Amino acid sequence: MSVRVATVPSAVERGTNATRRSRALARIARRNRLAVLAALTLLAAVLLALLAPWLPLLDPDTVDTPNRLRPPLTAGHRLGTDEFGRDLLARLVWGARVSLLAGVGTAAAAMLIGVALGILGGFYTGWVETVVMRLTDILMAFPYILLAIAIVAGLGPGLRNAMIAIAIVGFPIYTRLVRGVVLSLREREFVEAARALGATDPLILGRHILPHLLSPVIVAFSLDVGAKILATAGLSFLGLGTQPPTADWGSMLATGRQFVILSPHVVLLPGLAIFAIVLALNLVGDALRDLLDPRTHAR
Amino acid sequence: MRRYLVRRLLLLVPVLLGVSVIIFMVLHLAPGDPAEIMLGSQATQADLARLRAELGLTEPLSVQYVRWLGLVARGDLGRSIWMKRPVLAEVLGRFKATLVLTGSALLLSTVGGLALGIASATRPNSLLDRLSAVASLFGASMPVFWLGIVLMVIFALWLGWLPASGMFSPYGGGDLRDLLLHLALPAVTLAAASVTIIARLTRSTMLETLGQDYIRTARAKGVVERAVVLRHGLKNALIPIVTVVGVQAGYLLGGAVLTETVFAWPGVGTLMVQGILARDFPLVQGCVLVVALSFVLINLGVDLLYAWLDPRIRYE
Repeated sequence: MSVRVATVPSAVERGTNATRRSRALARIARRNRLAVLAALTLLAAVLLALLAPWLPLLDPDTVDTPNRLRPPLTAGHRLGTDEFGRDLLARLVWGARVSLLAGVGTAAAAMLIGVALGILGGFYTGWVETVVMRLTDILMAFPYILLAIAIVAGLGPGLRNAMIAIAIVGFPIYTRLVRGVVLSLREREFVEAARALGATDPLILGRHILPHLLSPVIVAFSLDVGAKILATAGLSFLGLGTQPPTADWGSMLATGRQFVILSPHVVLLPGLAIFAIVLALNLVGDALRDLLDPRTHAR
Repeated sequence: MRRYLVRRLLLLVPVLLGVSVIIFMVLHLAPGDPAEIMLGSQATQADLARLRAELGLTEPLSVQYVRWLGLVARGDLGRSIWMKRPVLAEVLGRFKATLVLTGSALLLSTVGGLALGIASATRPNSLLDRLSAVASLFGASMPVFWLGIVLMVIFALWLGWLPASGMFSPYGGGDLRDLLLHLALPAVTLAAASVTIIARLTRSTMLETLGQDYIRTARAKGVVERAVVLRHGLKNALIPIVTVVGVQAGYLLGGAVLTETVFAWPGVGTLMVQGILARDFPLVQGCVLVVALSFVLINLGVDLLYAWLDPRIRYE
C-alpha cells in the first residue's frame, strides 16, 4: 500500500504559485483577447437580463398602435417599436431573460441526464449498458430538431414543453462523451487500486471518476448552451415555443417576419441578438477547450 | 463486405423499432384524450367516438402500437384529419420537394466545403484561410432562419434578383430554370453552416495528410502539385470527410424544416408544422416517420461507404 506524503506549501511558495497562476491567466487573456471580449459581452447580457425589472425600460407588453413599427432612434423608443407599437429595446432585454434561461436550462438538464446515464453506461456492463446505449442510438436516429418538434407536437406548443423536448433530444451527446471517458477510466490502475482497497462503487465514481469528467463536460456544456439557444429560438420561430405576448428572440423574429419589407429592424435586431450571444458563447467555449483540454495545447 | 452489410442491417432492427415506439408515443404524450385534443373543444360526442374508433384509441396501448406498426409496415400511415386524405401519399408528395432542397444544399456544401478546405490547407494562414475560420465561427452561431430572412430581404426584395418564396412561379413557371431560381436562396441558406463545417474538417485532415512522408516522396518524385494534393492527399483524407458529409446530410434534413418555413418551400417540414398547429397527429407521425427513416438510411449508406473506402472497418 502506498503512503501518501502530504506537504503543506509554505507562505512563500503559496505566494509564488498565486503569482504564477495570475501570470498564466494574464497570458491566456492576452492570447484570447476575442474570448475575453466575448466573456464580457455575455456578462453584460446576463446582467441586463437579470436586472431587467429594475432598469429604466418601458413595459415590454404595452401596446401602442399609433406608434407601431417606428424605426430605431425614434424619440422615446431607442430601438424603435414592433407591429403593436411595443418598445423593441424593452422586448429585447426581457426576451434575453427567456432566451438565456431557455439555453442554460435546457443545456443543464441535458447535461445532468446525459452525464448520469453516461456514467451508468460506462461503469456498469451488461443490461444497464445495453439499455443506455440503445436508448441513445434510438434518439440519435432522428435529426436533432425534428425529434424536438415531434415531442413538442405531442406535449403541445409552449416554452416549457419546448425546453423539455430540447433537453430530451440533447442528452445523448453528453451520454456518448461521458461513457467514452468512463470506459477508459474504468480500467485504469487508480480505479483498480481503489477497488482493491475496498472502495464502494459510489465512492469510486464520486471521488475517482467524476473529477476526470469535469473538464470535458464543462467544455461540452459551454459550447452546448449556444446550440440550445438556437434550438429554442428555432422552435419559437416555428410557433412551437414561447407563446404571445411573452417576448423571446425567436418568436420576435417570427412575428416580425411579416413586416420585414417596411421595417427590417423588427427582424434584424432579435436575429442580431441571438447571433451575438451564440457567437460569444462559442468563442468562450473554444477558449475554455484550449484551456482545459490538454490535447489541444500541442496544436 | 457482405458480412459487414448483414451485421449493419441487423443492428438497424432495434433502432427502427425504437424509432417506431417514439413516433407512436408522440400521439400519447399529451395528458388527456388524443381524440379531444385533435378535434378541439367544439367536437360532438359522435365525432369523438368516430375518431376514437378509427384510431383504435379505446384499446390498450400495447395493442394499439402493434396494430399501428402492422399498418405502417403495409404502408398505411392513416388519414390526415385536417386534409381528409391518406397521409402517405401526401407526405411522399411533399418529400420530393424536401429531397430537392436537401440534396442541392448537400451538393453545395460538399463542393464548396471541399474547395474551400483544400484551398485553406494548401495555403495555411493566408487571407482565405483566416476568412474561412471566421466564416465557420459565424456559421455555427447564426440562426438559419434569420440568415434566410436576411438573404430574402437583400436578394428578393431589395435587389429583386431572385423569387422570395415557393418552389415554382404561380404563373408561367414550372420548368427547370424556374425551379433553380426558386431553389437558390433556400439552398444557400440551408448549406451555409454545413459549408463551413466541411471546409474546416477538410482543412485539418488535409493538413495532416499533406504532412505525411508519402506526400514528400510524391513531391520528390516530381509529381505535379495538383496531383499531389488531389490524388495523394485528398484521396487519403476522404474518410473523415465522408463521415462528416453524412452527418451533415442528416443535419440538413432536420434543418430543412426551418428553411422551408422561411421560404414557404412546399416540403415535409412546412407540412409537419402545419400538421402540429392543426393538431393533426397522423399527419405529424407520417412526416416524422418518413424523415427519420431516410435519416437512418443515410447513416447506413455512410457507414457502408466508409467501410468500402477503408477495408479495415469491415474486419473490425
